[in-house]
Formats: sequence, structure tokens, C-alpha cells
Amino acid sequence: MFSDLAKMGKYLGQAAKMMVGQPDYEAYVQHMRLTHPERTPMTYEEFFRERENARYGGGSGKCC
Amino acid sequence: MNKLKESIGWIAVALAGAIAFAYIALNRGENVSAISLVVAAVATYFIAYRYYGLYIANKVLSVDPTRMTPAWKHNDGLDYVPTNKWVLYGHHFAAIAGAGPLVGPVLAAQMGYLPGMMWILAGVVLAGAVQDFMVLFISSRRDGRSLGDLIKTELGVIPGVIALFGAFLIMVIILAVLAMIVVKALADSPWGTFTVAATIPIAIFMGIYLRYIRPGKIGEISIVGFILLIAAILLGGQVAASPTWSAMFTFDGKQLTWMLIGYGFVAAVLPVWLLLAPRDYLSTFLKIGTITGLAVGILFVAPNMQMPPLTKFIDGTGPVWSGSPFPFLFITIACGAVSGFHALISSGTSPKLLDNERNAAFIGYGGMLMESFVAIMALVAASVIDPGVYFAMNSPGAVIGKTAVEAAQVISQWGFVITPDVLLQTATDVGEKSIISRAGGAPTLAVGMAHIISGALGGKGMMAFWYHFAILFEALFILTAVDAGTRAGRFMLQDLLGTFIPSLKRTDKLVPNLLATGLCVMFWGYFLYQGVVDPLGGINTLWPLFGVANQMLAAVALILCTVVLFKMKRERYAWVTILPTCWLLACTLTAGWQKIFHAKPSIGFLAQASRYSKAIESGQLLAPAKSVAQMQQVVLNQYIDAGLCALFMFVVISILFFGVRACMKAYALNHRTDKETTFEALPEGASV
Repeated sequence: MFSDLAKMGKYLGQAAKMMVGQPDYEAYVQHMRLTHPERTPMTYEEFFRERENARYGGGSGKCC
Repeated sequence: MNKLKESIGWIAVALAGAIAFAYIALNRGENVSAISLVVAAVATYFIAYRYYGLYIANKVLSVDPTRMTPAWKHNDGLDYVPTNKWVLYGHHFAAIAGAGPLVGPVLAAQMGYLPGMMWILAGVVLAGAVQDFMVLFISSRRDGRSLGDLIKTELGVIPGVIALFGAFLIMVIILAVLAMIVVKALADSPWGTFTVAATIPIAIFMGIYLRYIRPGKIGEISIVGFILLIAAILLGGQVAASPTWSAMFTFDGKQLTWMLIGYGFVAAVLPVWLLLAPRDYLSTFLKIGTITGLAVGILFVAPNMQMPPLTKFIDGTGPVWSGSPFPFLFITIACGAVSGFHALISSGTSPKLLDNERNAAFIGYGGMLMESFVAIMALVAASVIDPGVYFAMNSPGAVIGKTAVEAAQVISQWGFVITPDVLLQTATDVGEKSIISRAGGAPTLAVGMAHIISGALGGKGMMAFWYHFAILFEALFILTAVDAGTRAGRFMLQDLLGTFIPSLKRTDKLVPNLLATGLCVMFWGYFLYQGVVDPLGGINTLWPLFGVANQMLAAVALILCTVVLFKMKRERYAWVTILPTCWLLACTLTAGWQKIFHAKPSIGFLAQASRYSKAIESGQLLAPAKSVAQMQQVVLNQYIDAGLCALFMFVVISILFFGVRACMKAYALNHRTDKETTFEALPEGASV
């Protein structure tokens, strides 16, 4: 029951971040560790800025 | 046994929907509850998803759960990330939902709530959701590429370029019409102007916090930002009450127009982390929160519909916008029924996050159903207020006059009996000097929302607060759209100009940046200004142009889907896209033609131009122009609008031509010719 609630909270947090274009940082680190162990993953701060620029800097449109 | 249970469940949903529809259709009394509309709509969505959305998924497209999606194939933890379907649903919905589904239904309510409701439901099930879902599917089978790219590869380079050019024009019109909604809501409203202006320093503070103080902590700073917003609303009430302060924040439409144009330019040049991004965080969370709040409010308060199901303006003589239900109702409500703009989102970030094709219907079809529900709620909000108030707020001053006494008299003659006192009282309740001729949807929606939410929270004393909350909520994400859209337009323009002068392509250089941004702002600023000074109130000119443009983009996207079905040799299912394409072409081409050539000046651009030309020749002054020069400006504006309308028609007709040609070619061949990426199996255990 409590683990379900915790899981739901995690998904809600992820959903809120994904709505503003921020994917899950842990998943990114996990991915880097598994597939590119030779590279150092970005810190959360770098990751955040990279995503912020990718979302807004490229000039993708918003919907009406 | 489970199968039986499922069938019983679906029969119950169908029955609930049928009873709600029957109740709405047969009830000729006064008391139709908004709940019945909600039940009818939700039942329709469930049935449509289960029996049409999944039919498209399994039979028409035959989605393949064993196929690797781009999110797995190109997984980089950044752009391509396999994402839980509920998380992706939220992302997709937040990206497609904007001001569109809130405004169109409000404007359409002049014909009564029934026509708008029928079109919202029929449109979303058969056209809008189909488009969003199929474009998502097509893009996800092509590495998540964009609509322009998809048209280029499946239809050819020329149609691809034409479609991109069309998308740029649409962007210009969208920005102009969105900005105009803000202008109409803030004109002569010190309270509204103060709160909206306050969002700029609030956002900048958030931006600096996120950059330097506690980088990346969106959650905590959004809460702080939200509290500051509420404080700004409360402070706005004090500003409006003080004579000196309120004078500082009182502007007319033209002044606000220039301020918005200047703002758009500066905001699009500033670094994104400073203003655009933090305000987008605020506006996104506020949007989702307010929409949820509105839904809960409607269920909790269960208001009765005050607007009749059909008004006498079904004959096309309505004051809010002119023209008969066909084709104009179907372009007035664009988002919420079908919106071409969604094709850009469905071929943008969402296909790169899709974890399994099995979930494409839930995201694409289901996401659009939710947007349609927002449109139904907007229709409800516009219909639960006194129809007299609705018409006072949405009719242009040229028709109902400027004072409450004049307006009440004209509107009562239309059969919607209202006293000047009610109009004045409503204005006082929401903390404004006047509510007359505040077209554009946002203020009406705000009164409706204030009516509903204050019924649940705070009572009448809180109406002014909720009204300005609703105005702020709309202005916030409209301004975000203006920033982001100007930026997007600038990139498109630099790309276009760069083909002629390569040095202009450099997006990192200051001079090309300023030049392209300036041009982009000038384009939408021109249409905004012309809308604000328009004799018939702007909405009459700009909203149909926007609707035509948006639906035409939808027709283009659906033509792409049809071509892909033919190339996949699944043409026996192509009626799924051909049917809505034909309907959209019929609506938009008729509307485009009438907007250009209709003999009535309130509908046809050329007729309006010649009315003003004739007056100039005979030396008459036609209101609201105050000089011959202004009248000449009106004439020029009408010609430009007619030209733009003709361009939209050219775009869609040429895409239709290329589409039909591609379909015929594919039909003659006996093998598949679509440009799908080759099948790769999803690795064992790949799920999120």
C-alpha cells in the first residue's frame, strides 16, 4: 500500500517535470552508466540547463 | 466471464451517455444541468476510445507491440527516453492544451450550446483525435521526425516547403490572435494589467533563483512563484482601488498593443532561462491546476445552463461573429474538435518518448479527448452565466453602444432580457469598471469560471479574485506562447531567409537574430494592431483567419496520413482519414471563399474594403475611422486579410494536389512504398 503510494508520488513528480520538458535525471544517469561507462554523466545542474536550452532555445512552438 | 463483465461495463457507459443526451435533447424547460453535458461528453469519449481509437490502432494501423520505438533505439536519456505512458500522457496533454479550446467554444456559444457541443464531440472523435494519433504513429515509425520532414519524404520536397511556409503564416496569425485576447482582457483594467505585468518580475526572480541560487529546483520555486502570483492578484485589487495607482495601470487597446509588441521583441531576444522558461513552468502548472479545478468546480456546484440550447443567431446574424453555422461554426471551434497545430506536437517531442506502439492510441487519441473535454468545460462556463451578460461582453461596441443602458436596451430587444443594473453589478462583482464589449473569450470565460469556482469556494465576495485569477491564468500562458512563438518564428524565418542570404542563417549571431526577431514581431504586430482598431472588433477578422488556418493545417496533416495509408497498401482503411479530410476541406475552402468574396461587409473582406472605398470617394467618414487616412488603412487591411486567406487556400489546394497524385501512384503499385524505418524487435524485457 505504502510502496504503491510512493510509486504514485514518484510518477506524479516525473509527470510534472516532464510537462515542462525535464526528463528523469536518474534514468539519464542509469542510461549513461549502462551504455557509456567511459563517459562522465552531466551533473544535475548541467543536465537541467541542457534540457532547458533544448526545450526553449531551439525555438519549438507552443500550441494555441 | 471477464469478457461478459467488460461488455456489461461498456453497455452501462453507453446507457449513461444515451440518457444524458436524451435529457439534453428533450428538455425544453429551464433547468438543464451542466452535469448532463459532462456525462454525455465523457461517455462519448470512453465509447469512442474503446471502439474507434482502438479500431484504428489494431485494424487500420495494426500497431506492433514487438516493434522497437525511437525512444529505445536512440535512447540518450535526453531527447529520446522511453517514458511511462501516464507520464507521457501528461507531457503530451500539457503540450497540446492552450488558449484555443478555451476561446473557440465561448465564441460559438452565441448560437446556443448545442451546436458547439455536437461539433466538439463529433469533431474530436472522427477528426481531431484521429489526426493526433495517426501523426504520432507515423512520426514514431520514422525516428520521431517533424511534420515538415514527413511531408517532404512521403509527398515530395515541394509540398514539404509549401507546408512549412503555411506553418509560418499560421504561427503569425496565432500569435496575433492570442495577443489580441490579452489586449481585450486588459484594456482599461488596472487590476488585470497590474497582475499580468507583475508576472514579469516574478518570472525573472524565478529564473535567477533557478540559475544561480538553487539550480534546477523547479518544484520549490514554482510554489514560491505561485504564492507571489496570488499576492499580485490581491495587490492588484488595491491598485485598482487607489486613484493614483489605478491611473498608472490603465491603458487603452492601442497602448497595450504597442507594449505587447515591445515585450514580444525583448522577451524573444533575452536568454531563455531568464524569462521564458520560468514563466513556462508557472503557466504549465497553473494551467493543469486550473483545468482540474474547473472540472471539480463544475461537478461540485452542478450549475444550470442559462444559455438556451439554440439561440435565434443560428441564422448567422449573431453579433459575436458573422456567418452561417456552415462553415463558420466549424472553424470558430478549432482546438477542442480538431486542431492542425497538434500535428506539430505529435511529430515533435511525444514520438521520441513513446515506450511502446501499443500506447500510441492512449497518448494521441486519448490526449486529444482530454483537450476536447477542456473545450466542453469552456462551453459550460460560457453558458452558465446570464445570456444577457454573455452578449454584452462579446458584442462589439458598434452594435450595442458603449454604456450599460444602451447595451441592455439592444440586448433585451434581441430577446435576452437584461437590465443595465445587472451589467453594472456584474462589473462591480468582478472588480472592473465595465464588462461591455470584452470580446475574445477570456473575460467571458473568467466570469463563468468565477461564477462556478466562487460557488464552491468563497461565495460572491471572492468573485473579483477568481475573475482576475482566471484572466491571469489565460494571460500567463498566452504570453508564454507569444514568447516561444516569436522565437520559433524567428528560427523559421532565419531558415527561410538563409536560403537566399546564407549569413542570416547564423542563429547565434546578434544581428541576424535581431533582424529576424524584429521581422517576426512586425508580422504578428501588424495583424494584432489591425485587429485592435478593426471596426467590427477584430475577433470578427482574426478569429476566422486563425480557424481557417488551423483547420487547413489539420487537412494537410490528414492528407499526409491518407498518403501513408495508401503507401502502406492499407487503402481499404483510408476512409478513416479521407472522411475528415473532405469535411475539413469543405469547411475551410467554403469559409475561405466566403471570407474573401461574401457580399456582406461583416463577412467578406473585399465587400468591407469596397464599402470603405466608396465612402472615401463620396467623402463620408465611416466609424470607427476618424480620418480619410484611417479609412484607407482599413481598406488596405482588408486587402491584406483577403490575400492571406487566399494564400492559405493555395497551400491546402496544392497539398491536396500532391496528396492525390501520391495516392494514385501508390495505388497503382503492388508493393509498399512508405518510408518507414526498418523493423527492429523490441529487446526482451524492455518496458518502463
